[in-house]
Amino acid sequence: MRNQSVSSNIDWISIVIYITLVILGWLNIYSSSLSGAPEDASIFDFSQIYGKQFLFILFSIPIIFTILAIEAKFYEKYSIIIFAVSLLSLAGLFVFGKTIAGQRCWYGIGSFTLQPSEFAKAATALALAKYLSDVQVNLREMNRQIQALFIVFLPVMLILPQPDPGSALIYFVFFFVLYREGLPGWYLVTGFIAILLFILTLATNNPYIVIGLTALTLVVNHYRSRLVDRNIFASILMFLMISVFTFSVNFVFNNVFKQHHRDRFNILLGKEVDMKGVGYNTNQSEIAIGSGGWFGKGYLEGTQTKGGFVPEQHTDYIFTTVGEEWGFLGSLFVIGLFVGLILRIIYLAERQKTKFSRVYGYCVAGILFIHFFVNIAMVIGVFPTIGVPLPFFSYGGSGLWGFTILLFIFLKMDANKVNEW
Amino acid sequence: MRKVLLPSLVIIAGSLLLIRIFFLQIIDDSFKLKSENNAIKIKYDYPERGYVYDRNGKLLIANQPSYDIMVVPREVKNLDTLEFCQLLDIDKAFFLKKMEKARVYSPMLPSVFLPQLNKLEYAAFQEKIRKFNGFYIQKRSIRDYQVSYGANVFGFIAQVNEAIVAKNPYYKPGDLIGKQGIEQSYEEILRGQKGVKHILRDKFNREIGSYKDGKYDTIAQQGKDITLTIDGDLQQYGEELMVNKWGGIVAIEPKTGEILALVTSPNYDPALLVGRQRSKNYSLLYRDSIAKPLYDRGLLAQYTPGSPFKILTGLVALQEGVISDSTRFVCNHGFSYARGRFMRCHCSGGSIQLHRAIYESCNTFFSSSYIKIINKYNDHGYAVDLWAKHLKSFGLGDFMGYDLPIGVRGNIPTSKIYNRTYAGWKWDGKTIVSNAIGQGEVLMSPIQLANFMATIANRGYYYTPHIIKKIKNQPIDPKYRQKHTTTIDRKYFDPIIEGMHAVYGPAGTASGLGVEGIEICGKTGTAENFMVINGKRTKLQDHSIFVAFAPKDNPKIAIAVFVENGYWGKRWAGPIATLMIERYLKGKITRTDFEKRMLQGSLQDQYNKRYPQKHQDSLGILNARVKDSIAREKGKIDSLATKKPVEVKKDTVKKKTP
Repeated sequence: MRNQSVSSNIDWISIVIYITLVILGWLNIYSSSLSGAPEDASIFDFSQIYGKQFLFILFSIPIIFTILAIEAKFYEKYSIIIFAVSLLSLAGLFVFGKTIAGQRCWYGIGSFTLQPSEFAKAATALALAKYLSDVQVNLREMNRQIQALFIVFLPVMLILPQPDPGSALIYFVFFFVLYREGLPGWYLVTGFIAILLFILTLATNNPYIVIGLTALTLVVNHYRSRLVDRNIFASILMFLMISVFTFSVNFVFNNVFKQHHRDRFNILLGKEVDMKGVGYNTNQSEIAIGSGGWFGKGYLEGTQTKGGFVPEQHTDYIFTTVGEEWGFLGSLFVIGLFVGLILRIIYLAERQKTKFSRVYGYCVAGILFIHFFVNIAMVIGVFPTIGVPLPFFSYGGSGLWGFTILLFIFLKMDANKVNEW
Repeated sequence: MRKVLLPSLVIIAGSLLLIRIFFLQIIDDSFKLKSENNAIKIKYDYPERGYVYDRNGKLLIANQPSYDIMVVPREVKNLDTLEFCQLLDIDKAFFLKKMEKARVYSPMLPSVFLPQLNKLEYAAFQEKIRKFNGFYIQKRSIRDYQVSYGANVFGFIAQVNEAIVAKNPYYKPGDLIGKQGIEQSYEEILRGQKGVKHILRDKFNREIGSYKDGKYDTIAQQGKDITLTIDGDLQQYGEELMVNKWGGIVAIEPKTGEILALVTSPNYDPALLVGRQRSKNYSLLYRDSIAKPLYDRGLLAQYTPGSPFKILTGLVALQEGVISDSTRFVCNHGFSYARGRFMRCHCSGGSIQLHRAIYESCNTFFSSSYIKIINKYNDHGYAVDLWAKHLKSFGLGDFMGYDLPIGVRGNIPTSKIYNRTYAGWKWDGKTIVSNAIGQGEVLMSPIQLANFMATIANRGYYYTPHIIKKIKNQPIDPKYRQKHTTTIDRKYFDPIIEGMHAVYGPAGTASGLGVEGIEICGKTGTAENFMVINGKRTKLQDHSIFVAFAPKDNPKIAIAVFVENGYWGKRWAGPIATLMIERYLKGKITRTDFEKRMLQGSLQDQYNKRYPQKHQDSLGILNARVKDSIAREKGKIDSLATKKPVEVKKDTVKKKTP
């Protein structure tokens, strides 16, 4: 029986962590959206956020069984079609999409909304895995690199103008996957230097200082390193590129960015102190988490949570409830679960027999990682405010199902690996 | 390398997040506080303060509701300042000042905007309060004095200052606390416990329920009623007698140590320190550094005791065996204690024994006795300490341990002082002989004088004076039931008491002051005093002192009266003490002849001499100013409440006019 073989081969560790996260998420959504006394409210009140989330969780069970029931080969075989459908659904938003709070990211069916970008991640991962699993693909070749990046940036092009920079940001994690599969290291190094220069430019607010520092580094490097090929033209080229980049960062920040974008960066860099206005979110979430202490205030006892001081608490800021009510130990537990799950998936990916499932597994780990890291970093005030949900935790059907599909397709592949001879 | 990058990043990122969370939750405490301020609102329910009764069950102090207007500056929106100010009868500058003060304290927490509105003002404001966002009314209870005397005994209620708030977490800004008098001594008993409610708020400051289901909430506990040992009638009579005289009267029941009356003069109507005018009135009283109406002369003034001290000299001399009741000294209308030093004596002179020495107040007799006490031992220092030990057994030279918050030690000199003062000299009894007649280094407060009189009346023991008689449902401090016995044997008291009885006799210093049917034992005193006026040490008119107890057998009252610059003992203090005794024991006055003189007499001329250039009677100004406004306000409220015609209560008009 196929089902029997799935249940005996599937990775139960991942499933246990998954279930724990989903249940914890729901409990925290319950706490954060509860107003008034707990006795007055039914947990299954479907007009309430926690009731809806319960429905979403229930509905993910048939999704899981469907995914597990489908032949593993199906995902590989139809990955391009899935990817194409996903891209179509993203493109369709421009025509049929529903605008909520200025963002055109949803399909509305009655009161029910669906966010296709949550499913596009899994589709992109499948497509990328399919492309890389081709034996002819060698990422050391320039045109292969361009093709791979094209797959990744196709959905980004559709997501950015919605506008949904949070979802678009996620796709940068595919660089780690490509690196794992042979992309030259300088991509990552360049990206790292670009981020560093970006932060430096904003922090100093003076491109000349950054350019001066760069020149100094290059000059020192030129005379000190005798091992590396001392190509004066390469150094000058690098200097010019960095200068152009720095100036453009400065220009973009001051002229292209909207004021609220600038504010978000300024808060992080400590330049803004308006805690009633633009700094309100970050300040309130820091207060909520900071007031938790070692053991927290106890479940349903969080004063910040109950007072509704943290905006968007049941979605992007759900981790503040964990911090406030469960304290440092609770935060440690949740972060431990995420790290454990991601490491487990990486471990499973590395032991895959086929390149397709390995790349896909790596994509799953990377997507979960960037969500988890960016979300919590934002909540605790070390990353700019950006709309990235916490996987399995944050309120929302599309998000929960998107992550569930993403994870369980991989678990199905993993369970099937014995057949892959 | 390529395989390790992502797992390493995951682990590093997870650790960085945890470090940051650790910093937020464990290291940095500031968020905890912010969260409490953010979300929890505390509401207080103030209990009524306990009532105060006199020893006969007469109500002295009750309560009246008072309404503080509180403000939460952040919540003040769309305020019609003009209407608001007109309603409360304040000007715009005052409004802005108060708002600024509240904002500086905290924009989110309530501050008192205007304290202690009366019923009338409250009613007018309450009607329109819905228009004034951010303002609300905090009901408190303030004192309603049923009598116009006893201000020094009662003390008063005031808003806590920042120092108290910082020291005692019970008090929050705007809370009331008892200051001075019994209000301070019995603050915790009288005030009760305020109730606390923790209310959870949301980000719109709406109340969304009680915090942790009221786990930390407490119910207000009513303050306890207390009964004082004061006899209201006697207290009032004492204050009336002391009008236009400065000084103090302390009356004690010898058998129990209960304080029957504690009068200081000048005094003020306790109602002056209630309501919106409180702080204005208080500062006027406080700044009056001349009459010092806030200074309790019965407890705080230290005077040289003068002749009453001779009683103690006699007792110690008897106890030490240096004289007996038949010992004779010859008095030549004075006493030469050193070359060129002569102490005059007003007695009739001749060969004199203890009995006559007391009732004629012979300086020579007691000086000779004192020299004998000190010279009994070759080590004069030892003798002085022995003498001091006897005196201290009367509770002198130290705080007495009574239950009022203020006091002085007085002074009983010991050998240490004299050895230091006369270092390198040979000193003996003659050197310090002025102690014999209460004019040396000895200092006593009126309450110490009264207590030593009670000790004489008891023939050798006393109870620590106290003002608390009963606390509802709670025993009073057992130390007030503890007998203190002196080092003087009981048998030595009788000859002294006989002498004091004779003071009221035909040849005594208080002859003619006697009251029919009451056997009074007393002792006059006249104490020299000096003051620096215009840089010169000037001798002022002598203080008038009188101590007494009555009846001679089974004494019921012991009293000390001190009238500053009252010439001599019999002139002012003697009659006042006698009248007090008669009033207490008989309930009425038969000596109406000098009652009238005492009630109407004034020593203001003497006091004006002390401060020739700058004297002005602040209390007079205050009373004149305040009596109008109080009368007006009370009349307004009374007429509002009862629809009675406006009538000015007699006791709101203070007795004193310059």
